[in-house]
Amino acid sequence: MSFSVKSEIKENVAIVTMAGDLDSSTAPQLHEEIKKVVQENPKELVLCVEELNFMASAGMRVIIFAKQKLGSAASLILVKPQEQVHETLRMTGLLHSITIVDKYPE
Amino acid sequence: MADFDTRIDYYPTHELNGIKYRRGHVLPFGATIVPNGVNFSIYSSAATSCTLVLFKKNAPQPFIEIPFPNEFIIGNVYAMIVFDLDLENLEYGYRMDGPYEPEKGHRFNKEIVLSDPYAKALGGRDTWLAEPNWDRLYPFRSRLVFEDFDWEGDSPLDTPIEDLVIYEMHVRSFTIHPSSDVKYKGTFAGLKEKIPYLLDLGVNCIELMPIYEFDEYEHSKTDPNTGELLVNYWGYSTLNFFAPKSGYAATGKYGMQVDELKTLIKELHRNGIEVMLDVVFNHTAEGDHRGPTISFKGIDNKTYYMLTPEGYYYNFSGTGNTLNCNNPIVRNMVLDCLRYWAAEYHIDGFRFDLAAILGRSQDGSPLSNPPLIESLAYDPVLAKCKLIAEAWDAGGLYQVGAFPAYGRWAEWNGKYRDTIRKFLKGDVGLVGELSQRVQGSPDMYQLRGTTAGVNFITCHDGFTLYDLVSYNEKHNDANGENNCDGNNDNYSWNCGCEGETDNQDIKNLRTRQIKNALAILMVSQGVPMLLMGDEMARTQFGNNNTYCHDNELNWLNWELKNQNAEIFNFARHIIHFRKNHAALRMKDHFQNRDYKQTGFPDISFHGTQAWNADWSESSRIFAFMLDGGHAKNGTANDDTIYVAMNMYWEALPFELPKLSAGKKWYVAVNTAMQPPFDFHALNEEPMVENQNSFTLGERSVIILIGK
Repeated sequence: MSFSVKSEIKENVAIVTMAGDLDSSTAPQLHEEIKKVVQENPKELVLCVEELNFMASAGMRVIIFAKQKLGSAASLILVKPQEQVHETLRMTGLLHSITIVDKYPE
Repeated sequence: MADFDTRIDYYPTHELNGIKYRRGHVLPFGATIVPNGVNFSIYSSAATSCTLVLFKKNAPQPFIEIPFPNEFIIGNVYAMIVFDLDLENLEYGYRMDGPYEPEKGHRFNKEIVLSDPYAKALGGRDTWLAEPNWDRLYPFRSRLVFEDFDWEGDSPLDTPIEDLVIYEMHVRSFTIHPSSDVKYKGTFAGLKEKIPYLLDLGVNCIELMPIYEFDEYEHSKTDPNTGELLVNYWGYSTLNFFAPKSGYAATGKYGMQVDELKTLIKELHRNGIEVMLDVVFNHTAEGDHRGPTISFKGIDNKTYYMLTPEGYYYNFSGTGNTLNCNNPIVRNMVLDCLRYWAAEYHIDGFRFDLAAILGRSQDGSPLSNPPLIESLAYDPVLAKCKLIAEAWDAGGLYQVGAFPAYGRWAEWNGKYRDTIRKFLKGDVGLVGELSQRVQGSPDMYQLRGTTAGVNFITCHDGFTLYDLVSYNEKHNDANGENNCDGNNDNYSWNCGCEGETDNQDIKNLRTRQIKNALAILMVSQGVPMLLMGDEMARTQFGNNNTYCHDNELNWLNWELKNQNAEIFNFARHIIHFRKNHAALRMKDHFQNRDYKQTGFPDISFHGTQAWNADWSESSRIFAFMLDGGHAKNGTANDDTIYVAMNMYWEALPFELPKLSAGKKWYVAVNTAMQPPFDFHALNEEPMVENQNSFTLGERSVIILIGK
């Protein structure tokens, strides 16, 4: 399955852009990327997921990990999730702690 | 990397085909995520060796099998830490070698990969009724669960049990019908969308029929008449006691059933609704000697099951085998399991299916001081959970009123159900017993208080409330057992015609009888339980044992809410009525005296003459009055409540007791009336015209408020 992820940090905002399928075989790549960017203590972590087609349990666990690493002071923003991703986050209760936007910056 | 990664006690000592491992921790049992690895621990009293079998998720063959070296065994426990596993992509099981000597209780077979009794999730039935690969090696696969759920400060609600109104429901049935209007039908996520409905109805506790992982295909067969697939729909047959049913989660196919269920529970708690689980610790899905070997049977048959001296399975559950609950090992597993659900899922209470079995010794005889039931009662983790027994079993042990309670256990009051049913259909000789039942059955629970009894008229076993007033006989042909299954003693009355009818008089009478039943249930002391759908007159077309139907016999058709709006509105009102009146929710029994010096006893009994109940053999009437000054055993204040029931087929005038000076009687409920006069909302009750007498219509119930 194809998956790609890249990240950048600009003015205290970490932007992680991913595409493809986020499952147990690809989640470790995202995990590494998240680990890298949270070391910079960003005030916002923006996940650009417009091109993300699918998210399984492993992917969701990485987002929980990101949330835990960020702490409550920083916010987690998801940009334009596709329906499966959005619904999965909703049903597993994660949507409570994530801000969903249509584009970033707004 | 964290410091513990290099700690010496997590250093691998062994290696096999590139997989590194070492001796593990014996406790806790199951698979536990530890730094850099997973600790596997399992016990067997009679195995000669054990092998850990690891699969990549859904792979046909394992990627490695690691035999436990002798030095990894402590006592009868096999423990190993395996390093660097892909936790998200892992399935594990065990092979146990040992004797195959059924007459001695041993059924080891090392060809079979066994699932872990302590697995926290189980693969194999990820999506409801998805066709499995029947030839797969190791069909029910143990999986890992992560404990990273964010509960956002949630904890169990600890609502006083006397304040509960329990709603017994089936997760799939509640929203699978096309009319449910939810996005994810038949799932935990779908149930969550219906929370506003539960709040509107007024229930504050849902009791979920089994949600432990089960095999819906177990004993499945095709109905020869309809060609329809009959399945293990209710799920009273557990594969694993720690794993939630994946097929009940919309996200089960992504492996997120645990998160979806926890999200549902968190949201229910946020809305003040408790969650109770119907748990089935009396048997497992492995059946008898002809049944499959999935887990317990191949790990430690003699420990987990009650066996006859010849090595066959005792069948006190009526389903093939009986879990050996009073073996100390099994007892600990049950405790571990319930503690896990209480701690990790924030479950508020448990209802134990065929709980009389939990009180049987290892040879099947009833124990006077059953250790499992005692352990549960005194367990510190379960200290605030409600514990409710179905106090009978299929082996003939009936303990309603006598279940060993240890000051804690409540029980489904089967006598309440039978008494109310008989009284409703006009049987005589019941008024004495009826008076006990509506008082919270002090004759049965003298020392245990009113809350020892869960009052119900219908439950998943038997007729729905609509069918109770529409059928004299069960109609179970669709179950494929020639109508031999299901209870024959239903104490039901069809009101003049068996089944559906166009006769308006009969239909009106049925509606009234349903309202009578709901009214009696909600003014009785004890803990009321309503069966899902009874509030909108759900029918099973006379089938009183729909365990095998994944169709409209079980599914809740939400159009009924509009079609039977009269019944729904009444049910909703009578539930809210109960919640508005503390006098209906006593914890301790009435004392039949005026201990608060209000001028009235806490409860008094009446008939067509005030202060003179008709206890005679031929009586079909009963009235009682609750003094509001004695509400909640004198700790709360309420209006005076007068309830009169006339199950005679003609109208009868009832003389009303005189209230204290300045107070008047008002009508809250009169089931003889058509809407909108069948009930009146709080503080909108009209005053009774004649304060001295009230004529009850035929087969009807009134509730008056004195204020």
